[in-house]
Amino acid sequence: MADAPSGRSLVVDAVTHRYPSGALAVENINLDIKGGEIIALLGPSGCGKTTLLRIIAGFIAQTQGRIIIGDDIVDALPPNKRAVGIVFQNYALFPHLSISENVAYGLAARGIDKAARQREAQRLLELVQLPTMAERLPRQLSGGQQQRVALARALAIKPSILLLDEPFAALDKNLRLDMQIEVKRLQRVSGITTLIVTHDQEEALSMADRVAVLSHGKLEQFGSPSDVYDRPQTLFVNTFVGSTNRMPGVVVSADRTAAKVRLDAGAEIIARPAGGALSEGGRVTVCIRPEHLQFVGDGTGFAGVVGMSLPLGATVVHEVTTADGSGVKVSQARIGETRALENGAAVRLAPLAPSLANAFPATL
Amino acid sequence: MGAAPASRDVTSYGMGLAAPLALFFLIFFVAPLLQLFWLSLHNDTAGLHWGLGQYLHFLTDPFSLGVLGSTLLLGAEVTAVCLVLGFPIAWLYQRVGPKLQTIIILIVLLPLLTSVVVRTFAWIVILGRQGIINATLQSLGVIDTPLKLLYTQFGVVIALAQVQMPLMTLPLITALGRIDPNLDDASCSLGAGSWRTFFRIVLPLSLPGVIAGCTLTYAAAITAFITQSLVGGGQMLFMPMYLYQQASTLQNWPFAAAISIIFLLAVLAVVSVFTTLGRLSRGYGGA
Repeated sequence: MADAPSGRSLVVDAVTHRYPSGALAVENINLDIKGGEIIALLGPSGCGKTTLLRIIAGFIAQTQGRIIIGDDIVDALPPNKRAVGIVFQNYALFPHLSISENVAYGLAARGIDKAARQREAQRLLELVQLPTMAERLPRQLSGGQQQRVALARALAIKPSILLLDEPFAALDKNLRLDMQIEVKRLQRVSGITTLIVTHDQEEALSMADRVAVLSHGKLEQFGSPSDVYDRPQTLFVNTFVGSTNRMPGVVVSADRTAAKVRLDAGAEIIARPAGGALSEGGRVTVCIRPEHLQFVGDGTGFAGVVGMSLPLGATVVHEVTTADGSGVKVSQARIGETRALENGAAVRLAPLAPSLANAFPATL
Repeated sequence: MGAAPASRDVTSYGMGLAAPLALFFLIFFVAPLLQLFWLSLHNDTAGLHWGLGQYLHFLTDPFSLGVLGSTLLLGAEVTAVCLVLGFPIAWLYQRVGPKLQTIIILIVLLPLLTSVVVRTFAWIVILGRQGIINATLQSLGVIDTPLKLLYTQFGVVIALAQVQMPLMTLPLITALGRIDPNLDDASCSLGAGSWRTFFRIVLPLSLPGVIAGCTLTYAAAITAFITQSLVGGGQMLFMPMYLYQQASTLQNWPFAAAISIIFLLAVLAVVSVFTTLGRLSRGYGGA
């Protein structure tokens, strides 16, 4: 496997993993990842995303299901035979080996001779823009530099799949953006199928070609960043990715593409049935993002009272209390001179478009 | 301690706090050591004639040098056995659940909780001609006549290894516990098998623990008077017993003092070799 071709596909086929205690870590996960794609596994901590990563890497043997890399079912292979590169959250560089030895470690394990190893290590260090650091020890490098080394080390074995476990969590904000751009650049250059585990939705949306959202060990949605953000399939995805207002209501009438919902806040709106068919008279939760609500001048929409206005630079967020006592947030772009709203001002609100309000069957 | 002037360096606490312990060491350690050294510089048992005769005697006497050599060798053997047996225990400790960890630590510490004398007599029962090992092997028909286990170098090494095992295992457990478990996974994901991971990653990173464990085990093994004498019996003579005979039985105090000083220097030499090795591995084990 010394020269496994880059950009192989990865299929996670009905993978279920149960802890020895019997609790489910991940349940029936199906992912079909094309060669060369960047995929983000997004979810809150404890959702099973790291378990899934460790199953793909071979550190955990799943209870059921298969992992297929390219055309090979790899379930029987130990981690050292899978040609899967991993960048750990804490980088896990070998503290007693020089940077160059760290990068060349995987090549040495493959029995490549010393001169060739050093040449390759130097080439990779140039690729991650650290050509002068070869002789240093990991602790002499900054966090961002250590991460570049970890990337170079993982890429050295020419992995068919690259796994990144919360790779940017330990970096400060500016460095994080630099490294995200760097990883995306390296991924483009190498064309390696890449899986990023993260709890940071911005990271997932900005870096990935497709995002898999996990919650409590289940796959909630697997789609493009705009699918996940604009057309969430579950209430969890709608609330976890981006911020949203949850407004309870009752279905007045519904078909496959649109539902008329009477909000408890006191208006009838058209919403998109996002989680499957809705039944008339059923309770629903309608999700509308703050930037998808607008103030309306006429008598349409629902009424509210402005509580607080937070100018956040490019946008202004208003906190509005509706007739049923619940609070909604409205985000207004600052175009020209935005009208400042007095505390206690009476306003009326409506969604920008029916497709931007998502209705989910209410869960008890 | 009076009120300190405002400009005083807050990190320089008075040495006075260390005074009680320093005084204790001065009276009960440094002073007797100096007295011992003074005593060793006399050529006759009455302590009237100055000279280096005792040292010359020891260093030119093949018997004495033989005792020193076999004692240092004994230490090396015990240390090697403890390292080979202790490392897997420490390694296992870091890889099992909390319940098993408690059991392992209890087993490791158990020797420390029983008296050395009791443990040594237990070994005599195990190793003796009619002991557990010989009885078992005979009843299984493996051997016809009992093996000579007691009063042999083998017996002493095994008994001492069991007695000193905690001194090796505890530093190893600490050292292995400080190794980031992700390093194992990282090595494995880079294509290295278990042996390469062990020799290239785990062993180098645990060197500080190995060196600390070896130093402690070695120092304890060569000075273990009771176990050496009881399991070794009359035929095997090691430095502590040799010293004891010269001082108590033969009343040759200056020679006994010279033996002590030479033994002390020999131990210090071995320990400083270990510490030098430790310094050479400075890059290891750190963050």
